[in-house]
Amino acid sequence: MSAAISASRCDPAAQSLSALTVGQSARIQSLQVDEALRRRLQELGLIPGTHIRCLFRSYSGDPCAFLVRGTVLALRRCDSDRIHIQTE
Amino acid sequence: MNRHLTVALMGNPNVGKSTIFNALTNLRQHTGNWAGKTVTIACGTATLEQTEFTLVDLPGTYSLIADSSDEAAARDFVTLAAPDAVIICCDATCLERNLFLVLQVLEVTPRAVVALNLMDEAEQRGLYIDTDRLSRRLGVPVVPCIARDAVGMPELLHAAESVCERTQQLYPVHYLADSVIEELTEQFHLTRFHALRALEDDLSEEFLSARSLTRPDFVRAVRHCRSELNAAGLLSRLSDHLVSSTVLQAEQIASECVTESRPHTVSRLDQLLSRRAIGIPLMLLLLFGILWLTIAGANVPSQLLSDLLFGLEQPLWDALMLLHIPSVLAEALVFGAWRVLATVVSVMLPPMAIFFPLFTLLEDAGLLPRVAFQMDGCFRRAGTCGKQALCMMMGLGCNAVGVTGCRIIRSPREKRIAILTNSFMPCNGRFAPPHKGKLYGAQQHHSWQH
Repeated sequence: MSAAISASRCDPAAQSLSALTVGQSARIQSLQVDEALRRRLQELGLIPGTHIRCLFRSYSGDPCAFLVRGTVLALRRCDSDRIHIQTE
Repeated sequence: MNRHLTVALMGNPNVGKSTIFNALTNLRQHTGNWAGKTVTIACGTATLEQTEFTLVDLPGTYSLIADSSDEAAARDFVTLAAPDAVIICCDATCLERNLFLVLQVLEVTPRAVVALNLMDEAEQRGLYIDTDRLSRRLGVPVVPCIARDAVGMPELLHAAESVCERTQQLYPVHYLADSVIEELTEQFHLTRFHALRALEDDLSEEFLSARSLTRPDFVRAVRHCRSELNAAGLLSRLSDHLVSSTVLQAEQIASECVTESRPHTVSRLDQLLSRRAIGIPLMLLLLFGILWLTIAGANVPSQLLSDLLFGLEQPLWDALMLLHIPSVLAEALVFGAWRVLATVVSVMLPPMAIFFPLFTLLEDAGLLPRVAFQMDGCFRRAGTCGKQALCMMMGLGCNAVGVTGCRIIRSPREKRIAILTNSFMPCNGRFAPPHKGKLYGAQQHHSWQH
């Protein structure tokens, strides 16, 4: 696991979730958020490999709504910055 | 001979759990549309043929691993109080997410029933759910319902009755650590859920003593198992592995049992609201519309109530005089206690009786979470959270309700700010429209003539 984390940090292809534009999809690579939020996101089904799509942004551009496993989820940029994804 | 069963109702927030509870019990209880609206654990009764049910409505939760006091209450009831059966309420429109909690509960008890609510909405969205297959996969009855129309309620009670004798443990999820987990469950007659929590070292003192597990041999066994897991390189990522396995199992089951005829689309409401030029005026218009209706609409009943209650002041005074009550006491009672009561009731009751039902309409239209989403940008700059906009709107109706509503905010710091600043929202008792001021002044003048 720790190897995967360091790999994602160095991997130039890995992006953060906040870089997704509206309508774009990706797969979750790792969650680098604090423990409580990490747990919550995992329970909502955000584990490595999960498909995620950016649905729409709020007027100020942040937060942003994402579709995960049929559920709409709003995330702030400060949190989505720390979620690493692989674009398809 | 009547049978008596205790049945707990669990479920994610917003799946219509309280609606199912109401439909089963015919007990009036407010149903909210946001997370954790069920403040205290509510109980109700229902009868089906010879069986009497006590139904317990637990707070909404996404998982049994407690994060908040609400979730801990739900977990403790299911794990420690050991109800005769558990009804797990699921939203048929997003079954996969709901299955996470279902799988967790099945690790605690095999005496469970899955209530698939909102079947009609799922159908509208082009989702077909094979309930028989789902039932076979989970090993417990699955009852499709439409709680709003009380469809499926007797079936739900029948199913709950049918499972309450079950003792055979279920193994809904397979883990890499299965052999280690079985060691613990068999040796100490633990459920899988408890064995897993013990391995994760997530056990509260209260839990251990309730199960009389503070015994040294149990602690030793857990340590031994943890060292085995460590040797297998599993311990450091145990929590991740447990959660991932459950999520993947939910995904697998959902993919087998749910057929989606069309992909998820952004709803028309969202398309409309996501355009700034339409969304902002629409939200402002709705808020002002509600406030206008409240203030304008409350005038008439407010006047009637105040005429009635203040009209009783004179007879009350006369009655007290007739009884030879000392005038010091009588004045305190009539011009103090009674007048305050009359003012509060006539000024505050009518607007609240109008404001909150209207607010519920917005809630039912699904507008409130969208308002919170759009407002978050502004509120974040002030170091708070968009959900506070909702608490502040409720504060316009009544600050007490606004403060209670702050429970929807997750971060403790943001919640504290929302609670402390809610009193700055003028609740409708403090709008003080001119006529109310006048009315109060006139009454005051009148009474000083005594």
